[in-house]
Parts: sequence; C-alpha cells; structure tokens
Amino acid sequence: MGRPTRGFFGRGRRPAGDRLPPGQYDTGADWPVLSAEVTPRLDTAGWTFTVDGLVEQPTTWTWDEIHALAPSSYFGDIHCVTTWSKLDVNFGGVSVDTLLDVAHPRPEAHFVLARSHTGYTTNLPLADVTGGKAWVVWDYEGRPLPAEHGGPARLLVPHLYFWKSAKWVSGLALLAEDTPGFWEVNGYHDRGDPWLEQRYQGD
Amino acid sequence: MTEPPRRSRPPTQTGWQAATVVDVRRETARAKTFRLALERPGPFRAGQHYVVRLTAPDGYTASRSYSVASAPDDGGEIELTVELLEDGEVSGYLHEVVEPGDRLEVRGPVGGWFTWDAAEPALLVGGGSGVVPLMSMLRLARRRHREDLLRLVVSVRSPADLYYADELPGPEVRVIYSREVPPGEARPPGRLTAEDLHPAPERRSTTYLCGSAGFVEAAGRLLVDVGVPVERIRVERFGPSG
Repeated sequence: MGRPTRGFFGRGRRPAGDRLPPGQYDTGADWPVLSAEVTPRLDTAGWTFTVDGLVEQPTTWTWDEIHALAPSSYFGDIHCVTTWSKLDVNFGGVSVDTLLDVAHPRPEAHFVLARSHTGYTTNLPLADVTGGKAWVVWDYEGRPLPAEHGGPARLLVPHLYFWKSAKWVSGLALLAEDTPGFWEVNGYHDRGDPWLEQRYQGD
Repeated sequence: MTEPPRRSRPPTQTGWQAATVVDVRRETARAKTFRLALERPGPFRAGQHYVVRLTAPDGYTASRSYSVASAPDDGGEIELTVELLEDGEVSGYLHEVVEPGDRLEVRGPVGGWFTWDAAEPALLVGGGSGVVPLMSMLRLARRRHREDLLRLVVSVRSPADLYYADELPGPEVRVIYSREVPPGEARPPGRLTAEDLHPAPERRSTTYLCGSAGFVEAAGRLLVDVGVPVERIRVERFGPSG
C-alpha cells in the first residue's frame, strides 16, 4: 500500500461490498462510453459474424442466422479499466460456446483474436471465452444494444476488463499463439483480469 | 480505425511514482491545471495521459486518468488539467485540497493511440475539457514551429468555459461558442457545424476528436459527412469518471 495522500479520506466511496474489484467505483445508473473510434453506423441487413482461424468448420452467420441459435443471457457486473464498474446489468444474445460448437476449434487453438467492423481487435485466451464466460450480445436490458455501446452486437466477456468485450464485433479468429490486439499493442494487459488489477502490460 | 500496428509495443508502464505538485493554476470556474514534478521523469507523447492515485489512511484508493496538457519537451514536469465533476471523488479532492508542495502518486504515460508527434498533418477537434490532450499537441507544434501541420477547432459553451484562453489564439485555432459568444464574435452562438470544420482536411491528415460522449458522437458524424474517412479519425471520449 502506498503512503496516504494528505487530506484524502475517500469520502465518496460507496458501499458495494465485495462486488467491486480493487480500484473500481460503482458508476450507478451511468454507462460511460469509451472507444477509440467514431461510432459506426452498421446495418443489420449486411451484418455478419465469422469464426475462423484454427477451426474445423470456419463459419459465418448473418443477423438472422445468429438469432436462430439458442439464446443466452448474462446478468451481473461489468468492469472498465478506466475504473468504473456497473452492477446488475442484463445482456442478451448467444453464448460463444454455441458458436464454437459449430466451428469446432482444433486442439492447437489456445487463443482468440476478436475483431470488429471498425478494425478494432482484442486478444483473449480461449479458456476465457468458453465454459459459459462469453457471449455475442445484441440486447441490453431487453432493448436493442445502442450503437455507441457496440450495437448492433458486441462481444461480452464480463469477467475481464471491458475493453476485451469488443464493440461492433465481427468475428473471432482462433490462434495457437497470443497476438496482442489494439489496446494490448498500446500498453494494456494481455488478459485484463479486474480482480488482479491487470490493467497495463507488466501488471 | 486502421489496422492496429503489429510492430513493437511502447515501453512497459513504469509503475507508480511520486509526483510533487509545483504549481496550481485556475483555467475556468470548473477547471484547474496541476503542474507536477515527477520523481522519475520519462518521455511521453502529446495526447497521452497519466493515472493519478489517491490513498486514504486505511488503504482505500481511488484512481483516475487525466490527459497531459503540456508539451512533451517541457523538462521533467507535466501539467494535468482537471475538470471538477459533480460528486467527483478524485477531481473534487484535487480541486479542493491540493496545493503546491503536496505529493501525489502517478502512473504513466498511458495510451499509444491518441498521440501525435508533429510529423504528419492533423485536424484537432475538441469539445469543452476535450481540448486538454489537443493542447499538448498544439504546444508541441508551436515549440517545433510546425503550426502549419495543425488545425485546432475547439467548441465551448461560453467564453468563460474556454481553457487556456490567453494561449490558444493563433491562425491555426478556431473557437466555436455554442451558447454565448464574446463581444465582436461574428459567428452567432450554436453547436458545431460542418461549416466550422471547413476546409476538410487532406486525405493523409489524421483527425483527433476529443470530448464528452455526446460531443464526440455529434462531431464524429459531422466529420464523416464532410468526407473525413472514419479510419482517419482517432477518438478519445471523456466520460464521467470523476
């Protein structure tokens, strides 16, 4: 622990019990918008999502096709590396497990690189997007996900910092080696576990 | 957004270090600039930010990121301009308590995307406090006598909301007032328009857009409408993370 800052007592802290990872605060009803690019205007008619790379069956789904898969939802908390957390949020979409069941990863696949329609990328261990831990979502609180929050669809990996939950997601490439994505090349952590405060490279 | 660079990463973050407050200046009623002398000064790029961490006696901490306003080649000191936010835990402390001589913990520089090195032409568009990282770029350009590379458009509500008011004016800077204009201003008050962004930047130019989420959404649409390719626009959104 660093030495105390003169005159700082943390008067603003809110009681959130043990649900806030270290260094995070509860943003309450706000949902800050953070992204490095202009919000794209994506038409669901031309939207696709692709799983490729080290898979037996590279697969592309259209908007209608992905909606025909078994639905899955998440209710819980999200944590942004800029120190806000948002508690009790509800997203609806499809589990990444369902998509991988179709594409069938090869045994040598250990990482994924998620990519967006904007060119954004982020890397994750395969184990962090399987086993009910990751989704492609298009509903937020029962309504279509707003464009500034990644709509029509974004990746959702809520147990990691939220930059891993790529907005405007367009696909996943399965890889043998970890390949740093956009923020990871720019100094952010390759895994990004909020409970371990893995914010930057070297954490 | 263009394809991310696949080459080397920027240097690993250097961890937390102590910084001594050497000067506090008021910019507007709701913004102050803090000049910090770093214990271990290192290079940074215009547009990057530092994280400031406050520690309470019981070990509780609060951290927030603030963009550097000063130019990179400004000795071992950095200036952070901080807007006072409603209920802002960190901004409130910085505004109400901090004075020269105080020690803060900082970490950085952070961010390798929203940066400009005075090598390529750029259009800078800032709303309100979003001018801060752009000011670092403007100061860099002026130090290097490369104002010819830059055009800065700043949008504020009124003259009282303009940061760096004494230093900003120059042929490369245009200030847009959305609610209230200063005496002698020909443009009536109003939100940023496509007209304010003319002429459209040349194609190899990069546009840096910074401000609140609402400003960035609106200005981003204008930029696309005047023909700026989306992949040439880099965005930094200032959220309510006080």
